[in-house]
Amino acid sequence: MAEFLQFLVTGITIGCTFALVALGFCLVYNASHVINFAQGDFVMVGGMSAVFIMSSGVPMWLALVLAVLIGGALGALLYKGGIQPAKNADAIQLIIITVGAALFIRGVAHVIWGTGYFSMPGFTGDTPIRFLGVVMVPQSLWVIGVTVGIVTALALFFTRTRLGKAVLATSYNRDAAKLMGIDTGMILVLSFGLAGLLGAVAGVIMTPITFTNYEIGVMLGLKGFVASVLGGLGSFVGAVAGGLILGLTEAMMAGYISSDYKDAVAFVLILLILFFMPSGLFGQRGVERV
Amino acid sequence: MLKKLLPVVALSAALIGIPGQGVADDDPIRIGSFLSVSGPASYLGDPQRKTLELFIERINENGGVLGRELEWQYYDDAGAANEARTFARRLIAQDRSDIVIGGTTTGATMAAAELFQRQQVPFISLAGAVVVVEPVKEWVFKTPETDRMAARQVFADMQQRGISKIGLISGTGGFGASGREQAHKVADEFGIEIVMDETYSPDDSDMTAQLTRIRGNDEVEAIFNFDFGQAPAIVTRNYADLGIELPLYQSHGVASEGYLDLAGSAAEGVRLPVSPILVAELLPDSDPQKAPAMEYLEAYRAEYGEKPSAFGGYSYDALMLAVDAIERAGSTDPQAVRDALEATSDFQGVTGTFNMGPDDHMGLDIESSFRMVEIKDGTWSLLDQ
Repeated sequence: MAEFLQFLVTGITIGCTFALVALGFCLVYNASHVINFAQGDFVMVGGMSAVFIMSSGVPMWLALVLAVLIGGALGALLYKGGIQPAKNADAIQLIIITVGAALFIRGVAHVIWGTGYFSMPGFTGDTPIRFLGVVMVPQSLWVIGVTVGIVTALALFFTRTRLGKAVLATSYNRDAAKLMGIDTGMILVLSFGLAGLLGAVAGVIMTPITFTNYEIGVMLGLKGFVASVLGGLGSFVGAVAGGLILGLTEAMMAGYISSDYKDAVAFVLILLILFFMPSGLFGQRGVERV
Repeated sequence: MLKKLLPVVALSAALIGIPGQGVADDDPIRIGSFLSVSGPASYLGDPQRKTLELFIERINENGGVLGRELEWQYYDDAGAANEARTFARRLIAQDRSDIVIGGTTTGATMAAAELFQRQQVPFISLAGAVVVVEPVKEWVFKTPETDRMAARQVFADMQQRGISKIGLISGTGGFGASGREQAHKVADEFGIEIVMDETYSPDDSDMTAQLTRIRGNDEVEAIFNFDFGQAPAIVTRNYADLGIELPLYQSHGVASEGYLDLAGSAAEGVRLPVSPILVAELLPDSDPQKAPAMEYLEAYRAEYGEKPSAFGGYSYDALMLAVDAIERAGSTDPQAVRDALEATSDFQGVTGTFNMGPDDHMGLDIESSFRMVEIKDGTWSLLDQ
């Protein structure tokens, strides 16, 4: 039983990090129908910035805030510098722009920070918490808590605020939204900025557990993308569910069967879900407009 | 037209062995290198480039070798095996290297090794795996310790402590997979049984599940983690967080300051085999590796302001072995240099004492190369052997 609980805690922690990345995919996808392959690199930039701002003597909490803001600025910059100039390009072309941007960000990070792995201390210490035979680092609670907080905040933002509703309107029909007086350009900057912010938050809260490195965004981006597809692209609940399913599957596989097949099982699971539910667990059925 | 043809002519001349021009005594000695200076293995290749650059320059300042200057040509293969092969071909055919030092990774080395065999150019590899020199290839030598030696060293220490049943946890990447295989091969020699055998993928960010499984087996008396990069640091932290009381061993793959930084206090008490260069300052003066290691360390630190790594040490040894062989051969004739390399005996390098032979193109033994250390107060401390 203690073993099971241990795997559960591990799975939920990993799952939350995947979920946070998946949420970033959702935000951008909802606003622009672009899959932003630089999302994983936002996570990397968040973590790396936090580590390096802290190492220059800035107090931890300030460093965390600055790192998150850098992530947000990077997201907005990606839209301003990469997506907007391409104007009315197809989604596919825009996706390729994000792939290019991801490579560029990674390259710059390589030049600035080098190839090493970096870590930072947990927000509230590194003394593990033990209960019922389960061990958990305090940072895991931060990861889980922040994920819950962000999901709640996003849900409120999209259902309770005018701005949130404007984002939704833009995602449903950009032209109609424009006619209704919504500044869609601003909404898109906002969405990319939020995605960057979210990525950076994921980066700073997971770095004490997973470490960070200029290439860490590749794997995270992939797993986050898988989680968001699993849950149904564009669905926030789906992104969280997808992330948790992926994380729990990995932990249970590694724990009970064999870590050799861990990744394979996660991907087989995705194939199965997509065979039987092509739009993911919580995705809306695609409606073809003729 | 002529310009286009020139390389072709030069290439065919080199291939069929027509000397392009007579080799005069004052011609430079050409040393060629292909290293992974950028890309995923850059933390291995970068110190190697720095080392070769620095010490070739120093040798030239002191009058060169056999009164001839050393001329160094290097290429960056960025860790890609196909690039390594292309550059190796260029070093042989176009740059007409007298000897080649390089092949930072096992992949790069193995992709190029066959070219050196065919073109009969002496090649000293900087790659770790046993396959580089097993089976012995006439023209291929190497300086780094093998993963098999690391496994033996760890098992010997376990045996001394009376440990006989262990849990092995390794990465599925090249280094971890090869290490795991070697660990299984040599465990018997030390009366050690691997009762748990777990793996993780190199990108994993949490190994709690695997460690929980190992902990669940009451027979396990010690845990051995064979891998390199950041994953062993995560294993170490998870191990400490889980409060596992069993001794933890790591391989030489983590022997760097980076591991100490990442694993932090979780690494207290971890034991591992390391290259002498890492603990040069701690070695007693009677240690044969003390003098060469200190010489290398001080020169490197003076130039680059940082401590050299074991990986840089491999290239230092390769260069010094090459110089030694050329001096003993009295020329750069490939056959003579190769024979001299193979006859290397009692050569004190920074990685260990080299004693090569027709059936051993690495020439290191466990006693002179690896030193067992335990991590105490956040730094390495030598174990008495």
